Amino acid sequence: MGLLDQRFESSNVFVTPLENVLNWARLSSLFQLQFGLACCAIEMMAASASHFDIMRFGVIPRATPRQVDVMFVAGTVTLKMASRIKRLYDQMPEPRYVISMGSCANCGGPYWEHGYHVLKGVDRVIPVDVYVPGCPPRPEALLEGIIKLQEKVRRETLVRPKALA
Amino acid sequence: MTSQEILDTLKSLCGDAVLDAKLDVLQPWISVEPLKLAVVAKALREDPRLDFDFVMCMSGMDHNNGTLGAVYHLYSMTQKHKIVIKAIVKNEDARVASTAAIWGGAEWHEREAYDMFGIVFEGHPDLRRILLPDDYPGHPLRKDFVVPEYYNGMKVPY
Repeated sequence: MGLLDQRFESSNVFVTPLENVLNWARLSSLFQLQFGLACCAIEMMAASASHFDIMRFGVIPRATPRQVDVMFVAGTVTLKMASRIKRLYDQMPEPRYVISMGSCANCGGPYWEHGYHVLKGVDRVIPVDVYVPGCPPRPEALLEGIIKLQEKVRRETLVRPKALA
Repeated sequence: MTSQEILDTLKSLCGDAVLDAKLDVLQPWISVEPLKLAVVAKALREDPRLDFDFVMCMSGMDHNNGTLGAVYHLYSMTQKHKIVIKAIVKNEDARVASTAAIWGGAEWHEREAYDMFGIVFEGHPDLRRILLPDDYPGHPLRKDFVVPEYYNGMKVPY
């Protein structure tokens, strides 16, 4: 609340749409499912460490899918792992988001042709909100992906979608 | 010991199992009868002159001519000598005697060769796939392997 600190003359009640409050709360505390798959996970860990400090975006790693909002798919998704990822995604409470990190999770990466064991993009099993390109992406790129996801969450609405005419 | 001396010693111990050898190369190799590999391995391990106590590497191979190979790179910590032992089998009858009881280090390597090439190691204590899922179709490092169109409902090709 740094921006609003010391700005009020008397009482600190203010009026705003409910959507804005909910979206602000959601995008400011995106808990992350704590798992990594390959070398991208090293960059994700670097992003979590003090130099890049992912927690300033409200991203906190949790070791259970029941408590998280966002899944970072950081690394090569093998066919063996794909069914596990699908299960973890199904166990996350809604609203849930997915950031696909790196070329392997985006499209199969270097394994696109001869990878007999690699799923060519995690979006073949779960829906993806943000794709972070790179092999592996630098921590700054992952932070950019989180900011993009925050922009997406900020635009969400509580209004029921109208049926297409 | 030179590789010629290793070959001569091995022939004196189990000469009927030795099929072929090539010694004038960077890594001299001896080809042996696949189903007698365990006997050969026991001789290599237990004879005090040979004393091969360490499997540096065990690999599977597809020679792309209808034959597969199980290749053992051996080293002796005491004698400081090396040799390569090959067991060559036909694609349709890929059976090799397991050496896991003689060299513990070969156990997982033989599982990998089974996983990737479908070489069956007879007498292996736990011959399951080691890397791929249990229900994966086929053995992917064989030259005639074709990537499946779908695996458990997931499209595999790009």
